[in-house]
Amino acid sequence: MKAKKIITNSIVHIILAILGFIWVLPLFITVLTSFRKESGQYKTYIFPKEYTLDNYINLFSDSGSLNYSKWFMNTLIVSICCCIVSTLFVLCVAYTMSRLRFKMRKPMMNISLIIGMFPAFMSMIAVYYILKGIGLLETGQLKLVALGMVYSGGAGAAFFIAKGFFDTIPKALDEAAFLDGASNWDVFTKISLPLTKPIVVYTLMTSFMAPWIDFVFARVILGNDRTYYTVAVGLFTMLEQEFVEYYYTRFFAGAVIISIPISILFLFTQKYYAESMAGAVKG
Amino acid sequence: MALKKQNSHSIAVKNKNSFTKAFVQGNVKTKLSALVFGLGNILNKQIIHGLLLLAVEVVYIIYMVNTGIQSIVNFITLGTKTKVEVYNEAKQIYEYVMGDNSMLCLLYGVVTIFITLGFLFMLSTSVRSAYASQLRKEKMLHQPTFIEELRTLKHQRLHVTLLSLPTMGIIIFTIVPLVFMILVAFTNYDNTHQAPANLFDWVGLANFKTILTSGSAMSKTFWPVLGWTLIWAVCATASNFMLGIILALLINRKATRAKGFWRFIFVLSIAVPQFVSLLTMRTMLNTNGAFNVILRSLGFSGIPFLTDPAIAKVAVIIVNIWVGVPYTLLISSGILKSIPENMYEAAKLDGANPVKIFFKITMPYMLFVMTPYLITQFAGNINNFNVIYLLTSGGPKTVDYHYAGKTDLLVTWLYSLTVTNSDYNMGAVIGIIVFIILAFVSLVTYRHSVSYKDEETFQ
Repeated sequence: MKAKKIITNSIVHIILAILGFIWVLPLFITVLTSFRKESGQYKTYIFPKEYTLDNYINLFSDSGSLNYSKWFMNTLIVSICCCIVSTLFVLCVAYTMSRLRFKMRKPMMNISLIIGMFPAFMSMIAVYYILKGIGLLETGQLKLVALGMVYSGGAGAAFFIAKGFFDTIPKALDEAAFLDGASNWDVFTKISLPLTKPIVVYTLMTSFMAPWIDFVFARVILGNDRTYYTVAVGLFTMLEQEFVEYYYTRFFAGAVIISIPISILFLFTQKYYAESMAGAVKG
Repeated sequence: MALKKQNSHSIAVKNKNSFTKAFVQGNVKTKLSALVFGLGNILNKQIIHGLLLLAVEVVYIIYMVNTGIQSIVNFITLGTKTKVEVYNEAKQIYEYVMGDNSMLCLLYGVVTIFITLGFLFMLSTSVRSAYASQLRKEKMLHQPTFIEELRTLKHQRLHVTLLSLPTMGIIIFTIVPLVFMILVAFTNYDNTHQAPANLFDWVGLANFKTILTSGSAMSKTFWPVLGWTLIWAVCATASNFMLGIILALLINRKATRAKGFWRFIFVLSIAVPQFVSLLTMRTMLNTNGAFNVILRSLGFSGIPFLTDPAIAKVAVIIVNIWVGVPYTLLISSGILKSIPENMYEAAKLDGANPVKIFFKITMPYMLFVMTPYLITQFAGNINNFNVIYLLTSGGPKTVDYHYAGKTDLLVTWLYSLTVTNSDYNMGAVIGIIVFIILAFVSLVTYRHSVSYKDEETFQ
């Protein structure tokens, strides 16, 4: 009996080890390639012949047409603005839908469900022309503003996870506050928000990460001016036909650099992520 | 305090009345408020309130006279003049006279319609608030001043305060573009009808006919792509769900050591941006990539992971397991712990083996709890752009299809039709079809799920 247990145990651990190896392999190769000295895309070997830090150094010292540090700053600014606005929007809508009762509540919730069923970038072209119509695509800086607006403008529709969280706060707390003469606004800012810190952190983090990851909307809106690219679009340019042979290893260095902060943020918010998803599952 | 309560009560009167009731039962002043906004309020001493309503009406009328009416006309015709060459006598040269731009006609038309809807809403507000002030007058109640009304934005009407900006954002960046694209599905806005050189026009349901029934290249692409999209969505969702739960079970077993370490290893792949990990995968799976290098060095011949249609389809599903399983692991770990221990013990006493326990107890329980999550996953997979676009870009390309490859999903096909090909009308039709599929699937599954049928028992 004991021997059988040891055998099953070791089999499980071996399976986990193999799976773990498979899961880490692509990440490992990403890091490995970023330190490779030889340029070029395809090699007949896996481990680099020579290791170097040049890919990382060049990334920041090169201020030519592929200016990584500029892209990095662009993305940072866009994502900070975007994360503040989106979080405000999401929290306002989520609290309203969870706690306040008014005539349009059900219809509005249904509309946001329906909107979510259309492919997100079906309307991308129309958004592009609307931004052009407002005059936000005139200069590079304005394009970045426009990009931030696109990321955060419709954010309010994605309130379901946050609403689930607000729903879990006992109503008795609100009622006690009302007895003391508090208004709905006081309850929202002084009672509900402090109690929903996990979801505030979660919303902040996810909306902060969006501009670092998105390459579809950003590519359509930012057009051809490489100075005002975000990191994701910029890295994509490095893989274009004319650049790929020379920039291939540098692409991976750039990818590793943005992956590090995102991984840290993610591991930090992982707990909140699981919690809020569990909330969504329970409905 | 008592006065404040009375105020809030007198304001609350307004919200309870519908437009028709207010209009039918209101007096002349109230009825006239539909024509001159705010009239009822002004005559009942709510001057600022009334003037603001009046200002909205004035701005709308100025807008309509200046551009609005023309926009509506253009919306119906979608432009009549094309760009023409005109000989300029004075300068002795040919000049281009700009014609109409159908795309802008459509866009401004949609915007004007939304502005008019807003105007109609204000009309209703005007009549209702005039009626409310009429009622207050009849009942000899205090008419709230403007400042008092503003104060209600913090309590009775907090939803107005909190929702106005987000709703504006959603209307401008989501709803207006969406309505625009839905309308495009009923026009011939393709790459031969590009603004500003050419006009496009309404064509009714012709695009739907082309894509669904005719024997054209379009419909010969659509049905196979739709079929693959559904197969993909089912396989991707099911495989992620099953394997994710098995993995979670393996990690959460009592005897497994270093649980935190294993979870960290698998969750790490979520933390890396998808375009990085998937592009790495693509190079690894390429004809000259790492996997084939290993295979060749072991003496095998290389495998065309991404260039053979059948193998590419299997490859994207397997890579999607790599992408998706960590999410299931993350979410199901907590739920697995909530399965009552005595159910397992009872099964063990009855002599059930682990496989049987998994299929008879664990899976049904998880299915029950996670149905809503599975539906969102299914919808997400139908719209899964990243995995396909980054791995194969829809390839391997084929001449049988209209600008699509063998692994293209409806969304990636939509992307190449609109962004690279400018066939906006067809892209819009596909978007609408995707919507119909998702709406149908969510409706049916919600209705058949246990949680919907037995909703009462849990409340």
